[in-house]
Amino acid sequence: MDTKAAQYWKANLRLLVSLLVIWFVVSYGFGIILADALNAIRIGGVGLGFWFAQQGSIYIFIVLIFFYAARMNALDREFDVHED
Amino acid sequence: MDLTTITYLVVGATFALYIGIAIWARASTTGEFYIAGKGIHPVANGMATAADWMSAASFISMAGLIAFNGYGASVFLMGWTGGYVLLALLLAPYLRKFGKFTVPEFIGERFYSQSARLVAVICLIIASVTYVIGQMKGIGVAFSRFLETSYELGLYIGMGIVFVYAVLGGMKGITYTQIAQYCVLICAYTIPAVFISLNLTGNPIPQLGLIGSMTDGSGLTMMEKLDQVVTDLGFAQYSTQVMGSKFNMFVYTFSLMIGTAGLPHVIIRFFTVPKVKDARSSAGWALVFIAILYTTAPAVGSMARLNLHQVIQTGPVGEETANIEYANVPAWFKKWEATGLLAFEDKNGDGRIQYYNEKNAEMAAKAESFGWKGNEMTKVDRDIMVLANPEIAGLPNWVIAIVVAGGLAAALSTAAGLLLAIASAVSHDVIKGMINPNISEKGELLASRISMAGAIFLAGYLGLHPPDFAAGTVAIAFGLAASSIFPALMMGIFNKKVNRSGAIWGMISGIGVTMLYVFQHKGIFFVPGTAFLGDMGPNWFFGISPNAFGGIGALVNFAVAIMVSKVTAEPPEHIQHLVEDIRVPKGAGAATDH
Repeated sequence: MDTKAAQYWKANLRLLVSLLVIWFVVSYGFGIILADALNAIRIGGVGLGFWFAQQGSIYIFIVLIFFYAARMNALDREFDVHED
Repeated sequence: MDLTTITYLVVGATFALYIGIAIWARASTTGEFYIAGKGIHPVANGMATAADWMSAASFISMAGLIAFNGYGASVFLMGWTGGYVLLALLLAPYLRKFGKFTVPEFIGERFYSQSARLVAVICLIIASVTYVIGQMKGIGVAFSRFLETSYELGLYIGMGIVFVYAVLGGMKGITYTQIAQYCVLICAYTIPAVFISLNLTGNPIPQLGLIGSMTDGSGLTMMEKLDQVVTDLGFAQYSTQVMGSKFNMFVYTFSLMIGTAGLPHVIIRFFTVPKVKDARSSAGWALVFIAILYTTAPAVGSMARLNLHQVIQTGPVGEETANIEYANVPAWFKKWEATGLLAFEDKNGDGRIQYYNEKNAEMAAKAESFGWKGNEMTKVDRDIMVLANPEIAGLPNWVIAIVVAGGLAAALSTAAGLLLAIASAVSHDVIKGMINPNISEKGELLASRISMAGAIFLAGYLGLHPPDFAAGTVAIAFGLAASSIFPALMMGIFNKKVNRSGAIWGMISGIGVTMLYVFQHKGIFFVPGTAFLGDMGPNWFFGISPNAFGGIGALVNFAVAIMVSKVTAEPPEHIQHLVEDIRVPKGAGAATDH
């Protein structure tokens, strides 16, 4: 494999892993594992853990996808692998 | 005008619209039938994907499950949205770059094996048919209420309508129809939610109403009020009740997330966008449109639960006059009783309705002292909650009519998308790919229409005795997709060393172990009475419910595939090059043409 393609793939994987860590933390972490502890903090009338499980995680998922799409478009150009 | 007339008018108008679009856009070539050419904008594609995705499970069933499972139902909310992150990051761009018509086609080429392709087709059909059963349950409920008939008759009518436009249309028809359906279903879902939120909390935005305060002068927040109402009746506290256990919720969420990313009818959507970079953003747009419904659903569920209890229990628990008299119940109560999905039995013969948790020992003792002889709401089918919600809240008839139309739009759009995935697997992968490569375009179209019809009849038949509520049945379908298709796709892209035998044995063991677990608790092919272990907590492996077991099946799939690949021959050189090629967007241009 030529090194440029390998570097592109590495950069992609780095980005993927960091975004998936956030994905895991807001849903499984805040929404399930830590929910009881976070419920001590109130957001309006509900606990923060409950809010992450039923609202917050979904908003963050959207941000993650658009962030990934934007970053990857930049990476595609940087490594000159974009479509014409 | 009375409710029935308005409902006929609204439902009739929306159906005329869908069928009109399907006929106008009727597919003429096989390429159009499967993937609508290539010119669909990411935002339009996202909207159609959202309609395709949000089925009877999301629209009709999910808020009902949230209403009765409270915090525990978060698994559906996170599971059915978080999967889009996986889809956008791990699958969609690469499958678009690969650029073929179907999911089994990718698996067949990447694992250089017709057997792998056949195994993928079988997994796809099993998962999709199970999914369609869930839709049939939803359609049956909606039609039975709307036509005031039995659930079974409602189901037969729904089958007929699905048949007409899925079989005539094809993808192109379906894409435009689905954009129309999205608009209908999202209005139908949010309009009553806005009114109900306004009634209870004074805030027109349901997402804010959920965290807002009551306007009834109690000074409580909506959630505190709800927690108080349900715990007073001996039910679990809404905001903290778990589904099974925290561990079960974890596995359940995982299963739904990877199932989302492994369902062929959603993946197939990302073959239709013009470019690789559109595949990435398309998933984001789809999730935006999905999130409008998904962030509204917790408000719908919690407020419906509150309203339901307040209709029946009009004052303090235990006061004799605080339970509504059966003679005075609102009209919706009797209408739903007629469908058999709601049932009341006056156990203590006082003519009033007592609805409480009789399984709670403390509450049961209290109830006895009130002269109550058991919970009298002997059946409250969760799937009626969304449809009954506007009636329970006393909203005008036209709102109720729109909700019925929206529920049908959701169920029909998803059923059609799934049937298309099944049809393309049979006609394109099995008949054209394996049996008769020289089949004419006409022959291929005919074969796909026949397989659609077959799938409708099978799912309709099994839908007469669905294994669970609509959302539960659909969750099982996700588990089946999670345990078979997602791991094979992901490893195909991210692990060059996974070979033919690894993929085949991985899929077989993943779906095998999941099906075994589901069937032992739910009955063989869901036929009642064939389960050899009861469907209850103590019989579950580590407390994992059958609906959630796909997550474990997926881990089995990954482990088996990697181990088998280690001890058998590496994939050939050209396959490793193929994997390197799909990892970069460049050169994706003409890929969808055969």
